[in-house]
Amino acid sequence: MSQDFGTPVAAPHATTSNNTTRIMATVMLALAPSTLYGFWLYGWPSIYLWLITIAAALFGELFFLRLRDKDATPVLLDGSAVLTGWLLAVSLPPWAPWWIGAFGGLFATTLGKQAFGGLGQNLFNPAMVARVALLISFPVQMTAWVSPAPLFSAAAPGAIDGLMIFFKGITPAYDALSSATTLGFAKTELSRGVDLLQSAAQAPALSFFGNRSGSLGETAAWLIGGGGLVMLFLRIISWHIPVAMLVGIGLPAAILHAADPARYLDMGSHLLSGGAMLGAFFIATDYVTSPNSPVGKLVFGAGCGLLTYIIRTWAGYPEGMAFAVLLMNSLTPIIDTYFKPRIYGRDRRGAPLPTNN
Amino acid sequence: MGFLDRFLKQPSWGVHPDDHKRPAADVPLRHLPPPERIYMPLHQHVGGAARPVVLVGQQVRKGQLIAEAQGNISAPIHAPVSGTVFAIGDVTAPHPSGLPLKAITIDADFRNDWVEADIPADPFALAPEDIAKRAAAAGVVGLGGATFPSAVKFALGKRLKVSTLIVNGGECEPYLSSDDRIMRDFADQVVDGARLVMHAIGAREALVGIEDNKPEATAAMRKAAAPYPEVKICPVPTRYPMGSDKQLIQTLTGKEVPSDARAAEVGVLVHNVSTCAAVHKAIRLGQPLVERIVTLNGGAIAQPGNIYAPLGTMIGDLLAFVGLKETPARLILGGPMMGTPLLHDRIPLVKGASGILAFNAREASKPDAGPCIRCGTCADACPMGLLPMEMAARIRVHDLEGAETFALADCISCGCCAYVCPSHIPLVQYFSHAKGELSNNERAKLRGEATKRLTEAKMARIERENQEKAAAAAKRKAEREAAKAAAEAASQQAQGETA
Ligand code: SF4
Ligand code: SF4
Repeated sequence: MSQDFGTPVAAPHATTSNNTTRIMATVMLALAPSTLYGFWLYGWPSIYLWLITIAAALFGELFFLRLRDKDATPVLLDGSAVLTGWLLAVSLPPWAPWWIGAFGGLFATTLGKQAFGGLGQNLFNPAMVARVALLISFPVQMTAWVSPAPLFSAAAPGAIDGLMIFFKGITPAYDALSSATTLGFAKTELSRGVDLLQSAAQAPALSFFGNRSGSLGETAAWLIGGGGLVMLFLRIISWHIPVAMLVGIGLPAAILHAADPARYLDMGSHLLSGGAMLGAFFIATDYVTSPNSPVGKLVFGAGCGLLTYIIRTWAGYPEGMAFAVLLMNSLTPIIDTYFKPRIYGRDRRGAPLPTNN
Repeated sequence: MGFLDRFLKQPSWGVHPDDHKRPAADVPLRHLPPPERIYMPLHQHVGGAARPVVLVGQQVRKGQLIAEAQGNISAPIHAPVSGTVFAIGDVTAPHPSGLPLKAITIDADFRNDWVEADIPADPFALAPEDIAKRAAAAGVVGLGGATFPSAVKFALGKRLKVSTLIVNGGECEPYLSSDDRIMRDFADQVVDGARLVMHAIGAREALVGIEDNKPEATAAMRKAAAPYPEVKICPVPTRYPMGSDKQLIQTLTGKEVPSDARAAEVGVLVHNVSTCAAVHKAIRLGQPLVERIVTLNGGAIAQPGNIYAPLGTMIGDLLAFVGLKETPARLILGGPMMGTPLLHDRIPLVKGASGILAFNAREASKPDAGPCIRCGTCADACPMGLLPMEMAARIRVHDLEGAETFALADCISCGCCAYVCPSHIPLVQYFSHAKGELSNNERAKLRGEATKRLTEAKMARIERENQEKAAAAAKRKAEREAAKAAAEAASQQAQGETA
């Protein structure tokens, strides 16, 4: 053997078998159980909504890349656009009309992601950018909830009826299913001057198992939490952000509820409803838009949790997770600057350690 | 040690690549019959190249000095075989650049005719400086890959009052097992060498760190070290880069070497197990460093294993000895994490070469790089606590100063970050490039400053000369005027007298 080896490649000459696509796929797998549960709970219209949101997210990415004359195939295959569409879909009202999903999906990957330069460049979580844009532009459709009508149950629309709902909006035949979420209900009751203790009897059923009205894939706290634990176990995410965020929501909720149960919802309702679980495990943990150091993650997670609680309790929107995450996203670069890991041989501020010999 | 204990003691840095050390590590050591011609490069260590002291056509014996050290940090070169000096010319350097390197070529006469050895009766009766002198004369350099002349390090240890010698048997690079083999087969030499080094640097104890994936080596070393309580065998967790000085020091002593400082400044000195064995040979047997154990491994090699070979052997000859199953897709000097890719196999074996890897196409394939998803895995893996993605992001936009503020200079190029990156970004390549640029800039700046200093000195000199000239002229003028005045005065006086 005396051949030349051409341009030598630099060390290391070994690499992990992990890759971006695999990470995205694992997250989707962790997200699948709660999504499937959502499909079962809300039937065909939710399945159509999920499909169109993901398709729109993919199309938005493709469209933007073609516009910039880039090779789209490897980017589409990395799975990040699908995941963005999926995360958006599970945070939408399950019977939202088709154009909500289509508009949201497109918005997420074009203005939420590619406009910043594509994967890894965006400052804000694309799915939450789209969700907030939808919430502001279409408040009516974005807060039109339905009671669960499990697939194959008598009340549930079939595949064809589902298509009708999906394209035409909720038809009079299914009006009876319209409902409010726990948080929305609490908000309305409070604004009507009814205190929460009195109205608790008529509150929409809230259970750990998620058999209640809410977004497509966020009602079953146990399935989302389970998916989150799987990701923790596989080291896709670390515990810092989820724990800090849940504490950030739960702690003020517990304190204020203890002080004045008539005005403040209890901790359990706060943690198990709205996007709290989804946000803690799947949204706030987004690599691109969250800090990197362990301490930075704790600060970020606590901020997300606290802001969520504040918005839910005192702002005009019943649900604050998306806003909270976006606000904290904007702080990520600053958090990253202030909370760096300590460098070997240097103190926290980066000065070399003293020599003692 | 309980499970929880083990779990808690796991370092939080580093990576765990598949080690691929076996079966090569378990194959008994083989000796390479001396090749017909060897090529001994003059520069096999950090510091100045050695200067030849033999002539073409001259007969040399094995172990004879053929090039002497030049400068404070340098090491001499000895003949690995007996024979005739055939030429003093260029070979390809063991470096990806493929640049030429001066080497002494010797045609072997296969007589294995050693030079006379100078063996002290009791080396522990020698002054520590004598040990250092003998190791220096034998051309001993760090064999773990750093190739720093050992005697220079001994002197440093003595000067800075080092109390602990750390013997590095980490060998954390995947695929490599030459240190493992040395500890298994020559444990007595390693322990004796370690004791000699302790004597040379005045250390009270020696801690031998061995990764716990080498139970045979640990057992052999335990046995060899049993009579000497000052030599302690310490298994350490298997984790790359445990063989890096700073990480091994931290694991064994809990001490951190301050940034910009040397290990000796926290009272420890690290020497590799192979280096200790070389010190043993230099002092006890009077044998200079002319041979070493090198691991030949990788998917393209028919009989992977460890080979005892004369330095200066062409890598091609070593590959022929172990046989090739297929044409290697990549040839690497050293381990896969930090090793140097080679352009071809017409490159001689040098002192710091612990392994030669011939990778097949599957092992050599590298996935294409994608964008950084800021997953932070690289930062978690970095044993130095750096933020590789932040440094890379700045280097990508040519902001080298920005990268420097993230302590780029502290990067030990271990490759953990690039290894774990799910986007397969060649992070180390970025860092090497930036470090190179920065040191170029630094050099240019120093050159610039030197030029400026010289120019200023010249200006000052001219200025001074001008002033001196002016002063001299003024003095002369003053003298002339004084003389004139005196003459006038004299003439007036004369006139007066006449008047
Ligand atoms: S491991 Fe790679 S993708 Fe992840 S943050 Fe580091 S450079 Fe970026
Ligand atoms: S930044 Fe340097 S020291 Fe840190 S893992 Fe990468 S190569 Fe190793």
